[in-house]
Amino acid sequence: MGADMDKVFKALAAPERRLLLDRLRASNGQSLSEVCAHLDMTRQAVTKHLKTLEDASLVVCIWQGREKLHYLNPVPIHEIGERWIGKYERGRLRALGELKKKLEEENNGRIEQG
Amino acid sequence: MAELNKAESKFVYVTYIRTTAEKLWRALMEPEFTRQYWADTTQECDWKAGSVWRLLKPDASVADSGEVVEIEPHKRLVLKWQNHMFPEMTAEGFSRLTYEIEDKGDSLKLTVTHEMDKKDSKLIGAVSNGWPHILSSLKSLLETGESLEETRHWPKGM
Repeated sequence: MGADMDKVFKALAAPERRLLLDRLRASNGQSLSEVCAHLDMTRQAVTKHLKTLEDASLVVCIWQGREKLHYLNPVPIHEIGERWIGKYERGRLRALGELKKKLEEENNGRIEQG
Repeated sequence: MAELNKAESKFVYVTYIRTTAEKLWRALMEPEFTRQYWADTTQECDWKAGSVWRLLKPDASVADSGEVVEIEPHKRLVLKWQNHMFPEMTAEGFSRLTYEIEDKGDSLKLTVTHEMDKKDSKLIGAVSNGWPHILSSLKSLLETGESLEETRHWPKGM
């Protein structure tokens, strides 16, 4: 698991690659052209980043006819969570997450109104 | 993203598990395993192409049901899958679940695909929250002998 996890952390350690994962999360199963659309990155750069994500198993490719479609695989990220989050911490962390989200929403609302 | 107008909903999950194909295959089907990593559920099926398949909750009521479409022991299983717990999901009809096992030398690659020929399927959206938990737990069970605590019980209120 050690070597696999290194790959996952390295793959996640670049904002460009996290952006690609966000894109796939918003719309799963995209071709290379679809991933590249509206991105400020060259096709070559996107191809390279997708390869790193694929090696870390964060992206899974499936051929559909002649098109290679890219899917986000959330399992490795889930495994990272499981590795360091204890069963008793889960509920409290979720509550903290909710609180942060709520407070930040309230703040944003106030700024927009002001 | 508006430029994408796919008439399907599909999620793909991959996990690498250090075990044998025989053991993984049993773990995907037999209740003594599924109860531990898949929320205390049991599958009712004789595992032949065309057979009825049912996923039973701990109280023995049917959560989902369908049919075995393809089965190739230790390699590939395809199920037709319809939900019975939520009317809006039942109305969507059948989804398709595929398990594929590939030998990658020191581990097995398990690919789970859950898809439906329908845009923004509620069923596919709902199960997408569950599969990563279930698969991480299955991996943990086979590699360490212990499933993850959170997946051993049917979720409260469901």
